[in-house]
Amino acid sequence: MAEQAATRRDFLRAGGALAAGVLLAPGVFLLGPAAARPAGEPASSRQRWGLLVDTRRCADGCDACVSACREENGWGGRGRPETDPQWIRKVRVRDPRSGRSFSLPVMCQHCAHPPCVDVCPTGASMRRADGIVLVDRHRCIGCRYCMMACPYKARSLEHEAVEDPRPWAPRGKGTVESCTLCVHRVDAGREPACVEACRRTGNAALVFGDLADPASEIARSVRELGGEALRADLGLDPGVRYLGLNV
Amino acid sequence: MKEPRLQAIEGRSGGFYALAALLGALVAAGLWAAWQMEHHGHAITGMTNQIVWGLPHVFAVFLIVTASGALNVASVASVFGRKAYKPLAPLSAVLAIACLVGGLAVLVLDLGRPDRLVVAMTRYNFRSIFAWNIYLYTGFLAIAAVYLWLMLERRMNRYSRVAGTVAFLWRLILTTGTGSIFGFLVARQAYDAAIMAPLFIAMSLAFGTALFLLVLIGAFRATGRPLGDHLLHRLKNLLGVFVAVVLYFTAVQHLTNLYAAEHHGVERYILVEGGAVTALFWVGQVLVGGLVPLGLVYHPTLGRQRGAIALAGLAVLLGGLAQIYVIIIGGQSYPLILFPGMEVSSSFFDGVIHTYRPTGVELLLGLSGLGITGLITLLALRVLAILPAALGDEQAPAPAAGATEAVRA
Repeated sequence: MAEQAATRRDFLRAGGALAAGVLLAPGVFLLGPAAARPAGEPASSRQRWGLLVDTRRCADGCDACVSACREENGWGGRGRPETDPQWIRKVRVRDPRSGRSFSLPVMCQHCAHPPCVDVCPTGASMRRADGIVLVDRHRCIGCRYCMMACPYKARSLEHEAVEDPRPWAPRGKGTVESCTLCVHRVDAGREPACVEACRRTGNAALVFGDLADPASEIARSVRELGGEALRADLGLDPGVRYLGLNV
Repeated sequence: MKEPRLQAIEGRSGGFYALAALLGALVAAGLWAAWQMEHHGHAITGMTNQIVWGLPHVFAVFLIVTASGALNVASVASVFGRKAYKPLAPLSAVLAIACLVGGLAVLVLDLGRPDRLVVAMTRYNFRSIFAWNIYLYTGFLAIAAVYLWLMLERRMNRYSRVAGTVAFLWRLILTTGTGSIFGFLVARQAYDAAIMAPLFIAMSLAFGTALFLLVLIGAFRATGRPLGDHLLHRLKNLLGVFVAVVLYFTAVQHLTNLYAAEHHGVERYILVEGGAVTALFWVGQVLVGGLVPLGLVYHPTLGRQRGAIALAGLAVLLGGLAQIYVIIIGGQSYPLILFPGMEVSSSFFDGVIHTYRPTGVELLLGLSGLGITGLITLLALRVLAILPAALGDEQAPAPAAGATEAVRA
């Protein structure tokens, strides 16, 4: 009997939630795919956050995503390109045979099997259950083995003292850093700064979302249009996928 | 045969103090450099986000690789029962410890956060070869120290063979670990090859034997103790074999890469178009580190002269530094290939050969590793009875007699 009661309660609760979602307003759902995670609740492996980059929409010469990331996370800007960190960069690619060229942003690819996490001696490099790869800046000893191991050159060592870091993106001299997929925004139910900035330019070449949710826009696009991994030969299963690399 | 007596050096000569002062100055300069790097950050070095590991790593890896090879003479005595080498086994163990401490000191002082060493000692990720290496290195130091004690403490001598065997196996695993730091890096075109482990083992045997020969000749000469030729000639022949093995593995490493089209770019860079890296490969590694010492040790007349043998040892060490420079710096200065067959450019140096201009601080830090190794060895010679009072040909018999001794022992 107790089991039946529980089932009935669950049914009513689900029905209520559905009604609230439907009734709030047309097209506006309370329980959206990028709902904020309540404080104290750990990240869940039911989600796999990812990015889809449509290189056909990514404008050559536009670096709105890079500036937005720099502004949001407070890196770069010393004018020393060899040692300044770069969490995201625009790469221009040209096929010497056909002459075809395109450009695309490259950042941490948030691999399912990240080599940086494998090689990190102290476990400072880590992968959250929801697929976001991060560096624990309190545990990083600055050995740079992760930078040697990353096939995407996504990581930077902070070579100098950091003035005034953002409260949500702690950074410090002698430790390694990289794209966090704007984890502070994602946990608050928002999308990464680069995605927002790209949409503002009108190009909308970046889509952020939950690859594990079949109903999400990103999962639908990957299903319908494909979504290639950079260095797919390595089998790292990155969370960042690209469209239009080989057309 | 009477076993040679081991005796500490007197250590009161001007030469002793001058050498100690020189090595001490190297160590002090290295500590100053490390403090500068800690204070200002790695921006004051030539290392960048492209050349992630630089000169400190060249010296550190060189010393760590040499450390396991320096134990070679002790292994030959204990594990393979060559009694003639037995009087030299304690010096061999001391040299191994000294090299490893020197190398590790440089590695640790180069960390972005050397103050967090305690984190590295308390938090482990066992998928990381670095984490294994922390155990392999500290374990090696402990085993070599116990082995040394068993050899020096007469009542414990009978256990030294067991400890020697453990140390020998441990050092093989240790160098496998060091080589695998590079061998397991799937990201980079120049690494990601299983041959790195055996190549590093061969390198360790050659570098370690070369360093041992130099210290042996130098210590006996400086203290005026007699040193016979038989043992020296056997050691230099051994060095010749090891140098040939390094050349062999190097050839296999590059030929295998050349067979795979995806590695053509990086091989062309290292072997032909790499400028300083190419010069260091052919002149430093192959000629100075390989062909010259081979010519010296196997030359019918030169090979019998002490000066030529010492020169061969020095050449192997210089060639070894060049080889590790080519592996570490050459491997990184060739760009990562994200889009095979495409031309790429970016604000983060995609698609371009990275230049590396080391600065004084990283050179000083690297050299201080040699200083630490030298100082530990010198002090150990002064306080421990590890150097034979005499090692003439009567103490170290010719090969045939030595072999008989070994069988009897």
